[in-house]
Amino acid sequence: MLALSDFLVLAAVLFCISVVGIFINRKNLIVLLMCIELMLLAVNLNFVAFSHFSGNIAGQVFVFFILTVAAAEAAIGLAILVVLFRNKRNINVEQLDALKG
Amino acid sequence: MNLANLHLLLPEIFVLSMACVILLVDAYWRKCLHGIAYQLSQATLVGALLFTAFISVKEPVIALSGTFVWDSMAKVLKLFIYVITFTVFLYSRQYLIDRNLFKGEFFVLGLFAMAGMMVMVSAHHFLTLYLGLELLSLSLYAMVAMHRDSAQASEAAMKYFVLGALASGMLLYGMSIIYGLTGSLDLTTIAGVIAENKIEPMLLKFGLVFILIGLAFKLGAVPFHMWLPDVYQGAPTAVTLFISSAPKLAAFAMLMRLLVEGLGSLNVDWQGMLLFLSVLSMALGNIVAIAQTNVKRMLAYSTISHVGFLLLGMLTAKEAGYAAAMFYTMVYTLMSLGAFGLLLLLSHAGFEAENLNDFKGLNRRQPWYALIMMIVVLSMAGVPPMLGFWAKWSVLSQVVAGGFMWLAVLAVLFSVIGAFYYLRIIKLMYFDAPTDNAPVLKPSADIHWALTLNGMVILVLGVLPESLMTVCRVALS
Repeated sequence: MLALSDFLVLAAVLFCISVVGIFINRKNLIVLLMCIELMLLAVNLNFVAFSHFSGNIAGQVFVFFILTVAAAEAAIGLAILVVLFRNKRNINVEQLDALKG
Repeated sequence: MNLANLHLLLPEIFVLSMACVILLVDAYWRKCLHGIAYQLSQATLVGALLFTAFISVKEPVIALSGTFVWDSMAKVLKLFIYVITFTVFLYSRQYLIDRNLFKGEFFVLGLFAMAGMMVMVSAHHFLTLYLGLELLSLSLYAMVAMHRDSAQASEAAMKYFVLGALASGMLLYGMSIIYGLTGSLDLTTIAGVIAENKIEPMLLKFGLVFILIGLAFKLGAVPFHMWLPDVYQGAPTAVTLFISSAPKLAAFAMLMRLLVEGLGSLNVDWQGMLLFLSVLSMALGNIVAIAQTNVKRMLAYSTISHVGFLLLGMLTAKEAGYAAAMFYTMVYTLMSLGAFGLLLLLSHAGFEAENLNDFKGLNRRQPWYALIMMIVVLSMAGVPPMLGFWAKWSVLSQVVAGGFMWLAVLAVLFSVIGAFYYLRIIKLMYFDAPTDNAPVLKPSADIHWALTLNGMVILVLGVLPESLMTVCRVALS
């Protein structure tokens, strides 16, 4: 039988992978978007686990809202990506350097 | 589900439905009714203002099963948000027309963002707080990217999107931890459970850190400020004006709801963290701004330092301190409106006023606008007769009263450093010769008078600061 802590550790590991992915990824913006999705899913896992083990349904409701928002967020992220690609002709993270100072 | 107090949501419902109506009207009648989206949006803001002003409830009311709260802070902030958004739309009009961006999208997204802010201001539950925040953020990402052919704007939008999503993720992770520990998403219940002192404090601190990182990202406090200068610089100036004004009021409300109402009993913990963020923001904001040649970027760093000041008021963890922080936020939005409003005015078709040199000799070309800019800039620097001085003064007096004398001295020191780059703008405007033969601009009468009023408010309220301060104090008591 899995305990609450198992779920929490898994969620924490996923969360760390996604944050590290956002910071060390220098090549591809799509991987960045994937990391963001992974991060939200890690949070969802946390919510579902807490909700299940405490018998409080509110956390699972929250998860539905997060999933919906994540879908909207992915749509906007990909739309921005398309605009960016049309302007720059690549989606390399390293070349996002026009703005600095 | 308790629907008894549904009338309290009337302003939110009105704004959301009008935004949808404007979307449709703009889609079908864009050609024949030019500028209809703009006029309807402004009418919506006036309508929302009337709805909000006529709802008078003495005691705070919690509606919709504890997810929504109506109190005097929410009312004051909402009214202020309407006025600011109205002015933003007004200032942006000519700029958008010149760049062929004067379409429904800007105003519809602006209204959706404003609806998000209204939800955040009235949120009393993790769920409403998160949804309001996302509605605001998603609309802002799209607005930054709205100038489709600008490589700068799309790059800024991408950076804003990635870091904004990261911030939301952090905030959510913190919320999930607090939810797991307290078993509730409702801020009142959470505050009650934490006050019982049965939860391991280390775990609560763990959740609190994530929530604070999320908040600091959204506010743009150092070391989570990286997105702010890039977004301010890359976005079309009209969008920068919007981002730099009204959302700050919503961010303040979010701080109040989460830290004070929800996690108020952890104040000893968050005080220390806010102290750290605040000192770093004031230091980095004021010092790095000196090195900037782009005005938008410079104002972004100035925003970072203002956020540091706002956090100073919060970290006193007293009601008077929160009132000072609220006062500071309101004053900051007024100053930001004035500064970016003037940048919008100086830009014309085919020309972006965004370098410091564009201010050279402004006094000889347009003495009236140079005067308004001087008032705004002096206010930002915190020179006495202006409103900005009283904002800084009220925060600092609370910090001293709270026993952080060294912190107040440090804040004044950084303000003095900051005064350098503000005064440089005045020097450029008044003592340098104009470099180019820029045409003398004749903005339309409403924009001219709105800017004049903006400058006068900063000056007149600076002479009588007590009125606005009293509003803040009453709103939070």
